[in-house]
Amino acid sequence: MQYLVSVIDDNTGSATSAETAAIDAFNDRLQADGHWVFAGGLGSPSTATVIDNRGEEAMFTDGPFVESKEYLAGFWIMEAPDLDVALKLAAEGSKACNRKIEVRPFL
Amino acid sequence: MSAIEVREAITRAHHEEWARVVAGLTRRFGDLDIAEEAAAEAFATAVGRWPADGVPPNPGAWLTTTANRKAIDRIRRESRRADKQREAQMLYDDNPPASLGAIDDERLRLIFTCCHPALAMETRVALTLRMVGGLTVPEIARAFLVQETTMGQRITRAKAKIKAARIPYRVPSAEDLPARVSGVLGVLFLVFNEGYLATGPDTDPVRHDLTAEAIRLTRLIRALMPEDGEVVGLLALMLLTDARRTARVSASGELVPLDEQDRGAWDATLVAEGHQLVRERLAAGVAPGRYQILAAINAVHTATRDIRDTDWSQVVALYDQLVRLDPSPIVALNRAVAVAELDGPEVALAAVDRLDESLAGYHAYHATRADLLRRLGRSEESRAAYDKAIELAGNIAETAYLTRRRDQLG
Repeated sequence: MQYLVSVIDDNTGSATSAETAAIDAFNDRLQADGHWVFAGGLGSPSTATVIDNRGEEAMFTDGPFVESKEYLAGFWIMEAPDLDVALKLAAEGSKACNRKIEVRPFL
Repeated sequence: MSAIEVREAITRAHHEEWARVVAGLTRRFGDLDIAEEAAAEAFATAVGRWPADGVPPNPGAWLTTTANRKAIDRIRRESRRADKQREAQMLYDDNPPASLGAIDDERLRLIFTCCHPALAMETRVALTLRMVGGLTVPEIARAFLVQETTMGQRITRAKAKIKAARIPYRVPSAEDLPARVSGVLGVLFLVFNEGYLATGPDTDPVRHDLTAEAIRLTRLIRALMPEDGEVVGLLALMLLTDARRTARVSASGELVPLDEQDRGAWDATLVAEGHQLVRERLAAGVAPGRYQILAAINAVHTATRDIRDTDWSQVVALYDQLVRLDPSPIVALNRAVAVAELDGPEVALAAVDRLDESLAGYHAYHATRADLLRRLGRSEESRAAYDKAIELAGNIAETAYLTRRRDQLG
């Protein structure tokens, strides 16, 4: 079972060096314990481009698909047997990156 | 067997077997939705067949077998569309028939899943009442003052989330247990209250099956976590409340308020056990939580043979303590009832009137106002408040009591 573990940011900006170190340590543990699938940090929403190619030609729009105070700043994809394990890992992840986290199952 | 006896047998089987059937099906098929639907179909089949075929000698086994068959039918229908692997799996039940102890654990497992912290509190309550308590969606909707469709959607969404996010079907590990228990206690208290003040025109005013079930499950959790003060507090609260059950409804089916109850009719054994548990918590010397304070309040209420000897200042002091932990309007309303005894109905009414905005849809708010206005001789306003309370009250004994009180107004 895989879970998308999203990091929710609120304009706090880039991770501090202490946060980065904590995230690295957490990632090492995820890999050692077999929970790691993938992870990455994202550029700010202002770097996003929305593409809509459902019509005659592709339309490009500068910026994110939805403007909001909170946005996706990065994510993990974790392997976990059930939600209890995923929530425990996400709680540690939240501590490590010092951000709110959303956990969602892949179908 | 008469039609009435068959109907009683069906009601009894529903009370006794529902959670067991749902828990067993959930373990076997790993799906709450299938379990709930198959259990409901099995009971509907019983309603259709038992009057003609007679009540089977072992209703629980009959219901389990029928529900299993219904679940397998549904999975076959779905397998035909998609999932062959599942069909192969459901043909074998490698789980041997559970012993009585294991059945208890299975229901506990069902409770912890329904009370999972990833679900909103209101969802946990609804799901537990549906899956464990076997209440219908309309009954649950009424208990929580929401529309039936809203409640139906809430339960459907919860089942979908449990399945999609894979909320596990198990009793949490020892380290997670304390954190998971308070949500369960909140749910059990609500189940108890639904039993103690049952709603619906066709239900008994007190559904002892639900109060007994809530007490039974609370005892079970206490056996698992004897050191948790709030579990003890909730158990004491339930026992001290349940002890007054028979005195609480008159022979004519009318609710009897605390000050008019025949205290000799209280269950002395339950009162004694409740008092013992409250003393145990006081001796522990740990700051009490919500249930321990409520238990202490009920211990004061049940400590005297005569209502006039009740230590109301102690009751108000305990409510003050409770308000600090739980500043909800319902706690404030109950505190005002005690204040009326200590400082008089006028002071209490002023406190109650401040709750209008949050409690205007709650029958007890209007019933309390009606009583205070009556005591102040403000008959017309009291009558209007009784009308509103009667309109909102869902318990038949309470409606009967409120109606008589209204009609006695000068």
